[in-house]
Amino acid sequence: MRISPKLATLSVLAVLIVLAPAFFPSSFYYRIGALVFVNGLAVVGIVILTGYAGQISLGHAGFAGIGAYACALAPVHLGIHVGLAAVLGAVVSAILAYLVGRPILRLKGYYLAVASLGFGILVAMVLSNETQLTGGPDGIQVEDLGLRGLLGDLGLDLSNAEFWYAFSGLCLLIGAWLALNLHNSPTGRAWRALHGSDVAARTVGVDVARLKLQAFVISAVYASASGSLLALQNRFITPEVAGYMHSIEMVTMAVLGGAGSVLGAIFGATILTVLPQVLTVFAEYEMLMLGLVMMLVMIFLREGLLPSLLRLFRGRGE
Amino acid sequence: MPELMQFLFSGVTVGAVYALVALGFTIIYNASDVVNFAQGEFVMLGGMITVFAHAAGLPLPLAAVVAIIVTAGIGVALNKLAIEPARGAPVVSLIIITIGASIFIKGVTQLVFDKQLHRFPAFSGDVPIRIMGATILPQSLWVIAGAILVFIALWLFFTRTLTGRAVLATSNNRLAAQLVGINTGWVMTLSFGLSAAIGALAGVLVTPITLTSYDVGIALALKGFAAAMLGGMGNPKGALVGGILLGLMEALTAGYISSQYKDAAAFVVILAVLFAMPQGLFGKKSTDRV
Repeated sequence: MRISPKLATLSVLAVLIVLAPAFFPSSFYYRIGALVFVNGLAVVGIVILTGYAGQISLGHAGFAGIGAYACALAPVHLGIHVGLAAVLGAVVSAILAYLVGRPILRLKGYYLAVASLGFGILVAMVLSNETQLTGGPDGIQVEDLGLRGLLGDLGLDLSNAEFWYAFSGLCLLIGAWLALNLHNSPTGRAWRALHGSDVAARTVGVDVARLKLQAFVISAVYASASGSLLALQNRFITPEVAGYMHSIEMVTMAVLGGAGSVLGAIFGATILTVLPQVLTVFAEYEMLMLGLVMMLVMIFLREGLLPSLLRLFRGRGE
Repeated sequence: MPELMQFLFSGVTVGAVYALVALGFTIIYNASDVVNFAQGEFVMLGGMITVFAHAAGLPLPLAAVVAIIVTAGIGVALNKLAIEPARGAPVVSLIIITIGASIFIKGVTQLVFDKQLHRFPAFSGDVPIRIMGATILPQSLWVIAGAILVFIALWLFFTRTLTGRAVLATSNNRLAAQLVGINTGWVMTLSFGLSAAIGALAGVLVTPITLTSYDVGIALALKGFAAAMLGGMGNPKGALVGGILLGLMEALTAGYISSQYKDAAAFVVILAVLFAMPQGLFGKKSTDRV
């Protein structure tokens, strides 16, 4: 029996999420795991934008910031539930992505990179300067989602770390499932066509500007959801979530693992999330290593680590 | 009135620095179509290396020359080690490579030097000059003069020398330039070296006013980039005018609106330019051959 690549990816992911805790020496690892899934979710959004549609954004952390601060601010000022606030954040992110992307995605090349960079920095600036509203650089508290308590009432008692591990893992699975569905849809094929050649895609009737915009908006929603998830599990958020470095990290994770494949990108997110935790002794060298890895992977393994590794294994098998 | 003059002075000073960074962008972009996100690190290196060479006992002018030469060398190395091996890679990859380079340079700098703020003495003292009720630092005049001199020198280089025309030819059409015997590889090397040297010079000139540390590069790169976009990417005149305009906008924003949001001016400009006139003030409409 042949299984589809989509099913294969999802099963690998699900099995890894379920089995990994068996190897966790302490509950701290649940936390790192949850962080991997949060980053993974954002990175799946980058896969859609960069891997499928071939566009680059250097400001996606701005959307993560909007998602995160929606969870912090909307319950207090609008009186809605935090879960709903996360949805609101995603809607706001989508609208902003549409407004920013619409005029810019008609242009080719590095324009989106620059515009998104400017957008991300503006968001970070507002979040740290509007101290009265956002608490400024010191950050702000976020309400409890309440889902863990609900599960507890139903007789499913999970520790906080375990709950967020499971919940983030589930969110990542759903996000990956949606992205994989998109990959095989007419939209996904059109994305890959315009990634291959803008002009060729246009000549066969692909509305290039509209499709790029779709990819940008969808990936913004992913980033926003990842920001909300981070805010909810930390119960606290600072403007750093919207910072330039966070945007760069997202792109690096995707590109390092393989921006063209969901599994590869999540692999990249895992490496770049876990390594700094393990190598705290080398904190001094973190920036140097990150920069070096970015350059080396782009020069020598353009498709990213996982696709390159897979090719190596396949090559040997034949 | 004195208030406005004061804002204009500080705007032109900062603008001259942005113009220098934007000129650096322009040179590399023209020669290779690469948008070099590490451009700001050249400015940082210019300042930092001068600081430490001066602290090691070199006289200031010599320290500055050392800094500019070392930075130019780093620019050449960036081209040879990271950009050339990736020739033909898509824009996304090239952007990530130069961002990687910028983070790498920052990481090395904080290890080799430190994470402190540094400055060295101004070239002609710190006594402000009074003009029309406002004051300007002598160092500001150095910065402005530096930007103008670099612009004139570049203009002469590109229009009057064979090498400069070779660079222009390469930027116009790489293949055609190769066919008439221009060594385009060398043109790339030259462009990165020149661009890094100009960035370093900007760092040397501005450090006595704004101080420097390992992480000042990225903000400068973004502002310089905004300036280049405003003027029209790839156009040296646009880089100069865009830089000064951006500096003025920032100074006026800080003066009349909010100093917290002065940095926002650059990004609002980027977005506005992209929305309204993506070719910038002096840019040509471009058409693509399929």
